[in-house]
Amino acid sequence: MVAVQSRLDRLVRPTFGRHLLFALAAAVVLLLLSSQIGAYDDYNLTAVAIFAVAAAGLNLLTGLNGQLSLGHGALMAIGAYTASLLLKDHHQFPVIVVLLAAVLSTGVIGIGFGYAAARLRGPYLAGATLTLAVAIPQVATRYKSIFGGESGLTVAPSSPPDWLGADFPPERWLAWIAFAAAIVTMVLLANLLRGAPGRAFKAVRDNEAAAALAGINVARTQVLAFVVSAACAGLAGALLAYWTGVTAPAGFTLALSLQLITAIVIGGLGSLAGAVWGSPVLVFVPLLTSGMASRLSLPSSVADNVPLAIYGCILVIAMLVAPHGIQGALRRILAYGRARWGNTPGGGQKGVVDWDDPAPDT
Amino acid sequence: MSRFFVLTLNGVTQGAIYAAMALALVMIWRATKVINFAQGAMAMFTTYLAVFAIEHGTPYWVGFLVALVSGLLLGAIVERVIVRPVESAPALNVVILTLGLLLFLEALAPMAFGGQIRSFPPAFSIVGLRLGTSQVPFSPFDLFTLGSVVAVMLLLLVLFQKTDLGLRMRASAFNPEVSRLLGIRVGRMLTLGWALASLVGALAGVLIAPSLLLYPTFMDDVLVFGFTGAVLGGLDSAVGAVVGGLLMGFALTYVGGYFGSDLETVGALVILIAVLMVRPSGLFSVQRVRQV
Repeated sequence: MVAVQSRLDRLVRPTFGRHLLFALAAAVVLLLLSSQIGAYDDYNLTAVAIFAVAAAGLNLLTGLNGQLSLGHGALMAIGAYTASLLLKDHHQFPVIVVLLAAVLSTGVIGIGFGYAAARLRGPYLAGATLTLAVAIPQVATRYKSIFGGESGLTVAPSSPPDWLGADFPPERWLAWIAFAAAIVTMVLLANLLRGAPGRAFKAVRDNEAAAALAGINVARTQVLAFVVSAACAGLAGALLAYWTGVTAPAGFTLALSLQLITAIVIGGLGSLAGAVWGSPVLVFVPLLTSGMASRLSLPSSVADNVPLAIYGCILVIAMLVAPHGIQGALRRILAYGRARWGNTPGGGQKGVVDWDDPAPDT
Repeated sequence: MSRFFVLTLNGVTQGAIYAAMALALVMIWRATKVINFAQGAMAMFTTYLAVFAIEHGTPYWVGFLVALVSGLLLGAIVERVIVRPVESAPALNVVILTLGLLLFLEALAPMAFGGQIRSFPPAFSIVGLRLGTSQVPFSPFDLFTLGSVVAVMLLLLVLFQKTDLGLRMRASAFNPEVSRLLGIRVGRMLTLGWALASLVGALAGVLIAPSLLLYPTFMDDVLVFGFTGAVLGGLDSAVGAVVGGLLMGFALTYVGGYFGSDLETVGALVILIAVLMVRPSGLFSVQRVRQV
């Protein structure tokens, strides 16, 4: 029994091994789940995975590195347009190539904007990224011949490979792609955050002067956070292009950026798990309210805007009442339990609970 | 008449409106060290209230008053109900709070007033004035826009520089602790500051609405332009905000006139980044050292 325990420990203790196990478990669960449910639910779960990728990236930047970005909707637009331009004129590229290209293009733009962002603080950064969010969709409107103007670019769906059988639902295939992308992103981010970069992110967030004194290159750390975060947004954007089938400026408004912020605030600023908690809200709240609205036969001007009104209220109320979100509340309960009953699994410090800055959980 | 001249005249009017927006942001920034990202959405909402009044048969001027008074009230309510409790919270939380308000108002407006895009009537003719035989591209409504912005700014100047109330408001913004010790009701001054700023924003909304169309996000661009103007002016200076807003008016009408109006926000982005890279504390402020 003890031998089994220690062997399990050796496998699970190293961070990478633990994350990999988590990822495998998540993959198995999601595969089983997606083959049990219908195409419609697969379609919705895909959106959850897409938002989880974008929100995880945003949470890394905002929650862990303290840089608030109102421009992640615009960065998703860059990823989506990269994918759509590659697939324009019936070009056939493998999905993986399209996704990597989107990651690369937003990453490169992220370097440029990250350098500017690293010099900006608080409201200046928020304002600059807000301007980005408003400007990017208008560029797409302006250059019609490239980006298709208001009506946008259509994206051919990725058809499932032949070995899955002829009647394999394309929705499930896209769901698998999105799950894979989300899991890979989460594992990579979790490792990054558990290692030196993650500690540097938090050190810079909490006190730049102290971080600099400790030998951390503050500007480089901030640029790195921005680039990684932008790359996640780009990946999510490319997936979104496949999901919606059309990439148009109207899909990437400021409201999209604010929805991502809602997701990380609901889930909890500064934790990857928080991003996973928050993203289902963005998918299922609109489904619930549109169902309710059609039952009450509300006009579309009301029905379409109920979710956004709810998100706005959530943001305001969360900041007033629970700034650490669901993940923060869960963590408090867990921390309370550990402190109270002292069965900390890792043998960590008992009774010491830092509620204001809990360590990131993955 | 040369295109440049036409654009410059347009730039004055646009600039006056952006200056009002910038001033609204700066007033709140100075009082509470918060950038009110909901400023544009609040102005959008009060403009909707004005158009609601006008569509129900009231004269333009009643609608105009409705916008200003509701702006005043909305600003006071927002400060008192949702901003006051987070006074001592981290700056990030307060910013997120104003973003939540933005999202909420932009969703509430179509729910309350209907989703269709509306036009907003101007108070005066928008046909250019006649000077002798030639027509200048400057309409009575442009004159009214410019005049009302200047009037509001002069009133604010008198309030802040010449009255006891203004002195108390400045003291509360400068040092709340000491002001409190001197018997100033700092909380009330902050509420009043937000109310006045929101009134200025509401003015920008009703003035720009006739040249744009009225839809829930129509003030997003104006907010961005006002913010850029405020940053140009140094974010801390009311005069700087007005000058910055005017400069944005000129710069963006040139960008819009020569490259296409869709690129105005890109122009604002370029200006904003350039200013923040070169002179982060604005064009007019004395250079200060930021703590690392």
